[in-house]
Amino acid sequence: MKLELPLAKVKGMGASGEGSHHWWRQRLSALVLIPLTLWFLFSIIDQLGQSHFAVQEWIADPFTAFCLILYSIFMFYHAQLGLQVVIEDYVHNRGIRLGMLLFSKVVLLLFGILAVFSVLRIAL
Amino acid sequence: MAEFRLPKNSRIKQGGHFTDSTSEDLKSIYIYRWDPDTGDNPRMDRYDVDTRACGPMVLDILIHIKNSIDSTLTFRRSCREGICGSCSMNINGTNSLACITSAVETKGDIKVYPLPHMSVVKDLVVDLSNFYAQYTSIKPWLQSDSPSPDRERLQSEEERSKLDGLYECILCACCSTSCPSYWWNGDRYLGPAALLQAYRWIADSRDDFTGDRLDQLDDAFKLYRCHTIMNCTRTCPKGLNPAKSIAHIKQAIQERK
Repeated sequence: MKLELPLAKVKGMGASGEGSHHWWRQRLSALVLIPLTLWFLFSIIDQLGQSHFAVQEWIADPFTAFCLILYSIFMFYHAQLGLQVVIEDYVHNRGIRLGMLLFSKVVLLLFGILAVFSVLRIAL
Repeated sequence: MAEFRLPKNSRIKQGGHFTDSTSEDLKSIYIYRWDPDTGDNPRMDRYDVDTRACGPMVLDILIHIKNSIDSTLTFRRSCREGICGSCSMNINGTNSLACITSAVETKGDIKVYPLPHMSVVKDLVVDLSNFYAQYTSIKPWLQSDSPSPDRERLQSEEERSKLDGLYECILCACCSTSCPSYWWNGDRYLGPAALLQAYRWIADSRDDFTGDRLDQLDDAFKLYRCHTIMNCTRTCPKGLNPAKSIAHIKQAIQERK
């Protein structure tokens, strides 16, 4: 039985002092992603029908490699921030939430590393 | 997980059908009914009301039903002119005040439910304890370390104008209960009403506890569950913009970094 009064429940353990950080980074990464995504879409459409070798050549170009790495980092980082919000919104069981948050962070981090590594391998 | 389907004992059944009189100019109004004493599931009762026998607003119809058709119908009301915020309910899918929602101008039938995703006390009355506690938690009073003047605390016209669009809030809870973020996380997210009130004191030039107020809000759940869905602004029966207040709070927290 719980006889805790509503105000005590609302005040809980107080404000964490976090949240603004996450919110700001989500906005900034979104801004950076606007030009990068446009560049990526146009470039990848441009590569349609090209031979395997030509695409490899394109990725190996320093400017392309730089942009692709930047895009991978920001895209996976932004995805992680967004997924965190979704999980916090809908998953209310503390244990499952912590598990899902850690899992999504690790998976997206690994995907990010894989993407950067793939570009570097072709470019270097 | 967030629950998307109502629990078994909350699923709504068809209720009774009551007709006002032999008049032909009848308007049908469906009302959510639930009585905690019977243990039955909630039901939708239909009342066919003679609109000429009562005033033009939805609240007038509800009062008419309570007076002459079914005295067990339970709802909150007080001022009947949109200033007390008691008769907030969900009318035809939108949270509003029954006293300033025209029934005459509404085409077709009217459907009235209690405020969404709140625990129902009876019929259209919901439990607002958590909502009021959230309001209390933002300390909605002037806090100042400056020595008390021996007269009123002065404010320029410009400073006072910053409170326009904020002080008019009547805490009817229409905005908070229309917000999906509040539905899923109402226990931790303060909701648009409490946040608009919080900003009302942040924006007040006579209050010098702005920093403490921002400290209290800098939290992933208390403030940042707002995902600018904008239901709050859309539904506010007083035409206020809680979403803008929340944006101002986020901006203030960012500015002081």
